[in-house]
Amino acid sequence: MALDPALVGRGYPPSAVYEVGRQKIAEFADAIGAADPVHRDADAARAAGHPDVIAPPTFAITLTLSAAGVVVEDPDVALDYSRVVHGEQRFTHHRPIRAGDRLVATPTIEAVRSVGGNDLLTTRVDVATEDGEPVCSATSMLVARGTA
Amino acid sequence: MTATVRAADVAVGTELPEQTYPVTRTDLVRYAGASGDFNPIHWNERVATEVGLPGVIAHGMLTMALAARAVTAWTGDPAALVEYHVRFGRPVVVPDDGTGAQVTVRGKVGALGEDGRARVDLTVTSGGEKVLSLARATVQLA
Repeated sequence: MALDPALVGRGYPPSAVYEVGRQKIAEFADAIGAADPVHRDADAARAAGHPDVIAPPTFAITLTLSAAGVVVEDPDVALDYSRVVHGEQRFTHHRPIRAGDRLVATPTIEAVRSVGGNDLLTTRVDVATEDGEPVCSATSMLVARGTA
Repeated sequence: MTATVRAADVAVGTELPEQTYPVTRTDLVRYAGASGDFNPIHWNERVATEVGLPGVIAHGMLTMALAARAVTAWTGDPAALVEYHVRFGRPVVVPDDGTGAQVTVRGKVGALGEDGRARVDLTVTSGGEKVLSLARATVQLA
């Protein structure tokens, strides 16, 4: 069943607060092989002009993946996750994510398309601090093969 | 807080140093834990082949992160990467053979703005095939 075009623009509630920790940043940096001390050493991060250790590029996925998952599980969307592949991903940062950030992720459906028997779902997740300071946006396009 | 590469030192066409990153099955396990993506196609051969893949494949997001490392290696500053857009192409198949796969990243400055922002166009391959059909990073240069 093809995705309903009326879904475009549908917004979802903000996520629970995600507390960004130094250990999680270090774990992620290890996983991608990012060795820069600014990801592990608060003194090095401060010397580079940051208030605390900063996360490497793409770290936002650790919170936006589940936020975008809320959309996939919406009964009106009902994407068959077993047929889903990740088509595209974009990040736009106002500033780096850093340890101590208390972040909230808010998803919005940006686009739905059916191309060649596949459903394409584009979801934007806006990430801001609990106090409303925009930090980054993560836009993902998922391709559900053969479901359209 | 901005990059150590200066806008005055680069031009459209400036090439980034080529980087190659190994990816093993262990890396996929570690990345699954770190990212929260436990999709079994990234660690379970049976499931990967059942859904028609040649074998266990790397998370697209891991490949995206590795390609970003090449950009950060060039700028000298992870915070300089302000925008990043990729389109996932061929999967990175990671065999369970003790060696795994290699991801190679080449980059070139595609555009340069008045504000010191540069667009870097990346070519990301593994086993001779493009694994990202589009990969563009915008960096804020010093």
